[in-house]
Amino acid sequence: MAKVKIRENYHQARWDEPIIYELSTPGERGILVPQPEREIREEAGDILSKLPENMLRKEKPNLPEISQKHVLAHYLHLSQETLGSNLNNDISQGTCTMKYNPRINEKLATLIHEVHPLQDESTIQGLLSIYYRFEHMLKEISGMDKFTFQPGGGSHAVYTAASIIRAYHESRGELEQRNEVITTIFSHPCDAATPSTAGFKIITLYPNEETGVPDVEALKEAVSERTAALFITNPEDTGIYNPIIDEFVKIVQEAGGLCFYDQANANGMLGIARAREAGFDMCHFNVHKTFGTPHGCSGPGTGALGVRSHLAKFLPVPTVEYDGEKYYLDYDRPESIGKVRGFFGVAPVILKAYCWTMMMGADGLREVAEISVLNNNYLQKKIEAIDGVETWYAEGRRRLEQVRYNWRKLYEETGVGTDDIMRRIGDYGIQHYWTSHHPWVVPEPFTLEPCETYSKADLDEYAAVLERIAEEARKDPDFVKASPHKCASHVIAKPEELNDPSKWALTWRAYLKKHKKEEPSLG
Amino acid sequence: MKLGFIVNPIAGMGGKVGLKGTDGKEVLEKAIRLGAKPESPIKAKKALEVLKPYMDEIELITCHGSMGEEEATDLGFKPRVIGERKDKVGPEDTEEAAKLMLDMGVDLLLFAGGDGTARNVYNAIGDKLPVIGIPAGVKIHSAVYANHPRSAGEVALKYLRGEIKTIREAEVMDIDEEAFRKGQVTAKLYGYMRVPYERQLVQSLKAGRPEQEEAAQDAVADRIIDEMEPDVFYIIGSGTSTRPIMEKLGLPNTLLGIDIVKNKELVASDVGEKDILRIINGQKAKIIVTIIGGQGYIFGRGNQQLSGEVIKMVGKENIRIIATKGKIVSLGGQPILVDTGDDEVNRMFNGYMRVITSYNEEIMYRVKGL
Repeated sequence: MAKVKIRENYHQARWDEPIIYELSTPGERGILVPQPEREIREEAGDILSKLPENMLRKEKPNLPEISQKHVLAHYLHLSQETLGSNLNNDISQGTCTMKYNPRINEKLATLIHEVHPLQDESTIQGLLSIYYRFEHMLKEISGMDKFTFQPGGGSHAVYTAASIIRAYHESRGELEQRNEVITTIFSHPCDAATPSTAGFKIITLYPNEETGVPDVEALKEAVSERTAALFITNPEDTGIYNPIIDEFVKIVQEAGGLCFYDQANANGMLGIARAREAGFDMCHFNVHKTFGTPHGCSGPGTGALGVRSHLAKFLPVPTVEYDGEKYYLDYDRPESIGKVRGFFGVAPVILKAYCWTMMMGADGLREVAEISVLNNNYLQKKIEAIDGVETWYAEGRRRLEQVRYNWRKLYEETGVGTDDIMRRIGDYGIQHYWTSHHPWVVPEPFTLEPCETYSKADLDEYAAVLERIAEEARKDPDFVKASPHKCASHVIAKPEELNDPSKWALTWRAYLKKHKKEEPSLG
Repeated sequence: MKLGFIVNPIAGMGGKVGLKGTDGKEVLEKAIRLGAKPESPIKAKKALEVLKPYMDEIELITCHGSMGEEEATDLGFKPRVIGERKDKVGPEDTEEAAKLMLDMGVDLLLFAGGDGTARNVYNAIGDKLPVIGIPAGVKIHSAVYANHPRSAGEVALKYLRGEIKTIREAEVMDIDEEAFRKGQVTAKLYGYMRVPYERQLVQSLKAGRPEQEEAAQDAVADRIIDEMEPDVFYIIGSGTSTRPIMEKLGLPNTLLGIDIVKNKELVASDVGEKDILRIINGQKAKIIVTIIGGQGYIFGRGNQQLSGEVIKMVGKENIRIIATKGKIVSLGGQPILVDTGDDEVNRMFNGYMRVITSYNEEIMYRVKGL
């Protein structure tokens, strides 16, 4: 067996890099733009006078003035203070489904970067056909009847689902009566937050201590003539799959409620189980989780929302349709909830997701699920062998594609908690892990999700690093508590200072204003 | 930084020999005869150990002998020792020491014991001084205790170093030990002490900041008030969670007792069981209760006035449980408990009930009748 490599002597760069505005020197230039030739100047005339008065700036923009070399050095330094998206051991980002995003799809997406969303439909037939085909694939994967790709992310799609549910009950004259949405504490927090924003009351189910999923009795007690819908993730954050999810759906539907399946992360069941067979009315996928497109630092992403036929008329406009000859955008949908985002979604993301799905093929998608689950079960055995780690709930039952572990035991023994260990991981050149959504129902939590793109060596390295840190915690707890020691940024001594609105601002200009400093004069 | 440190050296001795507490001299003697060993000093040292690296920065004030001096000097501290040296110590010594420490201007009082000890400290200082308890007693219904001795030390350290700035009110509760040993449990809510709030250490779980908890309590109160029906009696339970309801209605509130409201007007204050039965007398009423103390009780601890008979008259369907999410999470998955002393009533609660956690939010949570 290959020896496990731990990066003992890793050390991240620390540049103490100023903000780019602080590097600015008045008059310094990165590029000298050549003056236009005389003939051109004469032909064009005074072009600025042709702009409407209200579009003209009164002051010059305050941009940093800095040479080309120093601009490049600045961004190089900043990049060296990160671990690099896509290329790190991101097993640690449980619930995020961080997998490698093939570079070729990024390349392909550049083919459409000059397409404008206001172009005539006849000029983007290829792009629309990709929307149409990708929708067809997701219909097949989920069993739903129609999709929208308009939402810009997962929670956005869930909010759209809540809006559709509102429209559905309103159309039946039951909205006033049906004002409660049921969810579970280990479902994604947006399953409570977005229906709440849409005006519903939220009833949250807690898990049975043994099974790790809510009892049917708890659901039955929650369901009534007031029930508008169930919003649920499965498997939940714990990685435990609710084996009687179809029964849950039936109970809610029999009471007149709709059922929404949060499948942001469907990595554990692609090609194996579908929302339709479980009886759901709607589901969504985060294509930036499950379908191989990047998590672009909060966007662009896409939350693909699918519904059964009885809800299709409420989907946002436009939908992408095909009349047998050409593809077109259909705005003529009188019962639609309207638009939830500009235009018709993030086209390059849909293109990348389409390419990824085409490359995988039907068998490949199933293999994604199989390897994700296998990786997770292999890692779980190794992690649970570490002294100090526990896994709560459903003892002896397999998790699907992620596990919520906890360091409660280690914490009680050594005083080293999950936040300390998280910081220490960075010292081995590995991304900090995700602890848990709030509230922390499981104490001292951490959540790992080894998707299909990690190798056995990645898994072994990860487990070995955690094992090492647990040993360190026993030998020298203060050392772990004072970590990281080798990262670009250290522990935040006074976190409350980062929240101090009198000190910080979102832009350089607001910062200067707040501290009554003058903006440098711009000649 | 001045830290007061009091150890109740006999706390916890009854537990391992099955005595359910050590309040009362005879019981203590019995515990010792049964082979009970002092548990509290060991736990107190676990807490104090956390502060050891900062020994030079902390002025430690403690009591003679096993009430703190021994534990502190064992760890290398050089504490200032107050009070008189005694062979046998009792609750009056805890009270006296706490009073002295208050007068000496300590910044925080760290004490080891159980519910009895918390009561003694409360009698002496009320809410004048922040405290944190090291759990060492048999009975820990009071919420002034950290979840683990080490955590108590960490809370103390963080507070003294200015890393914790928020203070919350926590219940001081105690059960009648004599009745307890006979198998009857009644716990009384004695008051609230001020405890540094470290979300991770006091409640063991991260569950929102105290200002969020306060906002949530306000939202719950708004919900209760908005849903109030005309001509229905509202029996408002004890505790800080129900306080905002009375405040928002502009009515005087009995923190440690039960008030009755109808048509948003006060009907009666600080009522006993008999008063409730007489006033309600079969008319429509609702009970608003919250989880009191650290163990998850909604009935039978801190609100004995809401007896089995009262509950039967009002009906289970007319009970509204309110609690912040933080409180629910701090139960660590354990069910909400009901112990009215009436088995039939207790059994009626087995199952799931809604807990109102915000204006628009409820948690469906397991309830267990003892």
